Amino acid sequence: MKVSLKLKNNVLIASLSGELDHHSAKKVKDIVEDAIKNKGATSLIFDFSGLSFMDSSGIGVVVGRYKLISSLGGKVSICGASPSVNRILTVSGIKKIIPVYEDTEKALTNLLEGIY
Amino acid sequence: MNNKMKLEFLSLSENERFARCSVSAFASQLNPTLDELEDIKAAVSEAVTNAIIHAYAGTIGTVCVACTLSEQTIEIKISDQGCGIEDISLARTPLYTGSTDSERSGLGFTVMETFMDEISVESTLNSGTTVTMIKKINSASPSGL
Repeated sequence: MKVSLKLKNNVLIASLSGELDHHSAKKVKDIVEDAIKNKGATSLIFDFSGLSFMDSSGIGVVVGRYKLISSLGGKVSICGASPSVNRILTVSGIKKIIPVYEDTEKALTNLLEGIY
Repeated sequence: MNNKMKLEFLSLSENERFARCSVSAFASQLNPTLDELEDIKAAVSEAVTNAIIHAYAGTIGTVCVACTLSEQTIEIKISDQGCGIEDISLARTPLYTGSTDSERSGLGFTVMETFMDEISVESTLNSGTTVTMIKKINSASPSGL
């Protein structure tokens, strides 16, 4: 699991590549939480375009960070999910609270313009 | 296509990937679609993760994965000799988690139920749990071609 981080206008973009399961979840959690604290991000985009596998542990990772970002008054979104990752997102019901976009550009535009 | 295999490994989180990839490789003998293989991988990952997190809860035990291919169906049995489940219907309730770790979504059984055709759970307290999952591979041709 590799996590690349970018900051744009207080929005942290966390791009994950590899497989997100219980084994890799803690690493992702730690990297993303450190970045939120140290870079002063108030909103978060999970870029899943490099994910080849995800199970329900990935939902735990997203929901946990959603709680943190919400407490900071920010928004969380997801982009780049493959069809199989997207099916896990659908089954979990997470799309009711977190918007899912095609790519980081669309996610960033919607987040910065406040359109949900 | 009739075939079977069995894996045994320690309840280490590194083995979650090993288990789902091994089952996926074995299931590919039935000529499944990519979606069907992804369904199987997710379901196996959930069951093995449950064994690691809940059954052995920080201790190290053995997880067994046994697969049987029969015509166009795969049956996967994932068993442990861990603490067992006190209330199976509660454990299967969506969003319920028996874990104190706030990172757990409580969706493991929901994913297994959604992606597989049948699932049954047998458990005895302090003795272990066996999750049996069955999936019909619709794309498989009888000749395996």
